[in-house]
Amino acid sequence: MTSETTTARGAAAGDPASAPPAFRVEGAVVAYDRDPVLRGVDLTVPRGQTLAILGANGSGKSTLMRAMLGITPVAAGTVEVHGTPLRRFRDWNRIGYVPQRLFVGGGVPATVREVVASGQISTRRRLHRATREERAAVQEALEAVGLADRARAAVHELSGGQQQRVLIARALAGRPDTFLMDEPMAGVDAENQLALASAIARLREDGTTVVLVLHETGPLETLIERAVVLSHGEIAHDGAAPRPTGDCARPGHDHVHPHEDGAGPAGGVALPMVTGAEVPRRD
Amino acid sequence: MTEMLSYDFMQRALIAAALVGLVAPVIGTFLVQRRLALLGDGIGHVALTGVALGFLTGTSPVLSALIVSALGAAAIELVRVRARTGGDVALALLFYGGIAGGVLLIGLAPGANNATLTAFLFGSVSSVSEEDVAVVIGLAVLVVAVIAYFGRELFVLCMDEDTARAAGLPVRFLSLLVSITAAVTVVISMRVVGVLMVSALMVVPVVAAQQLTRSFRVTAALAVAIGVLSAVGGLSTAFYVDVAPGAAIVLLTLAVFAVAVTAGRLVRSRGGRAAGERTAPGGGKGAAVGTMPQDEPGSVTT
Repeated sequence: MTSETTTARGAAAGDPASAPPAFRVEGAVVAYDRDPVLRGVDLTVPRGQTLAILGANGSGKSTLMRAMLGITPVAAGTVEVHGTPLRRFRDWNRIGYVPQRLFVGGGVPATVREVVASGQISTRRRLHRATREERAAVQEALEAVGLADRARAAVHELSGGQQQRVLIARALAGRPDTFLMDEPMAGVDAENQLALASAIARLREDGTTVVLVLHETGPLETLIERAVVLSHGEIAHDGAAPRPTGDCARPGHDHVHPHEDGAGPAGGVALPMVTGAEVPRRD
Repeated sequence: MTEMLSYDFMQRALIAAALVGLVAPVIGTFLVQRRLALLGDGIGHVALTGVALGFLTGTSPVLSALIVSALGAAAIELVRVRARTGGDVALALLFYGGIAGGVLLIGLAPGANNATLTAFLFGSVSSVSEEDVAVVIGLAVLVVAVIAYFGRELFVLCMDEDTARAAGLPVRFLSLLVSITAAVTVVISMRVVGVLMVSALMVVPVVAAQQLTRSFRVTAALAVAIGVLSAVGGLSTAFYVDVAPGAAIVLLTLAVFAVAVTAGRLVRSRGGRAAGERTAPGGGKGAAVGTMPQDEPGSVTT
């Protein structure tokens, strides 16, 4: 991030101290086919915070993130983004969403640069070529995730970890001040996890709001300021990131938070940090 | 070549065929990416009901086909979203309803019968009138303008709907736009290749192009080139050999597809080895990358 974008951002958003929170969720209820996934969640994310949403599979952590972005509509409750109700929110260029994985659709190829440049969709002028600044932002985003040399490669040729970095670069290219990442570490090998962690660390230093849905804190542990643990669609813990102790403090240990319902078949399955494990490129 | 161009009907036919060859792969690229390769077929069947309705009411079959297939395209979007069924079920409903409606209505129309529909089922590019050419030009400009204006949004939408929503894009509007633009393209193409083969021109050039490309833009451009060459080439072949033009065009696109698959395999087996060596320390999958999914629905539409 250049210093000018940071100042421009600060000016646009007003004084950070008085600025509204990045997200204010009140009483959010989401149900799929009458099966409640979120049962009245309240969550306020102040600007500039690095927040992790933790929980077992099926706890509703991804759904909460999707509700915060309006991807999944809430059946009850309200969601405000930067002080504006989601329905009336228009500053989408401030939001950088990193989905769980890259969808390659029906198989029409796209280069890394094309996908990364598509992150500027909210601000690009129609029928115009990319401006010098826009191209610079794409290049910067590619370099930030270490994929500048792969810009002309087709995304479906990359490994799962590299695809994850493409998705982060796509979000970076729009130069947003609010990031939401859905399990950015899932299925990413150790080397790529470190690259991702340092990219997120840089965002944090720039004062960017970062919301992460995580299965376990892993290598991001030191970056997380606050952790919210969901269990059965409700917030079970809100505070400091849960620190592993004793045996759990071992590096590489699968951290399962005590609030999680570890007994159920879905609850006990933590994603192991297997070196070299990668998500399938397509299905 | 000069002999062919000396006939007025062939001049008109060539203009219509070239435009269809240009427009169909443009929207087709987005349809294939959205996994809606068969949408053109579904809309084509519905267009047949529109054609019959035109004969029944004594209005222009092209106009009524345009209206009915646009409505059908909107209906399929609604079914897809509301019923949360796969796009394929919604398409199946359109297929049967469209054909049955067309055959039923044409029987009621005075002075028309199933033979009237044949021209629309399989195309009759040699009977294209000056008015038809004007309509084709107008609609082709419309389709290209829509894609030029909304192309970037459509790219994001067709990659991943959730990401499109999280970027604040009007997902429902854009989905409808894709469907209705496809409907317009079907109606343009109807006279050239017929409703039963419309989708071939939307899909086959794209899947042929993607065997050889890495970039979305280049895929679309190459698909357009294949589409135009096949349309003009197929029509010329039909003129000299006296075969059905629509069928000749479609078979030519399929031949290009077969060549592209073979060429793509050769290129990848060479490039893949080199790439595998380059990326060897990163991941052992290097050698296997680059193969396109062969379960592409588009490759079996015709």
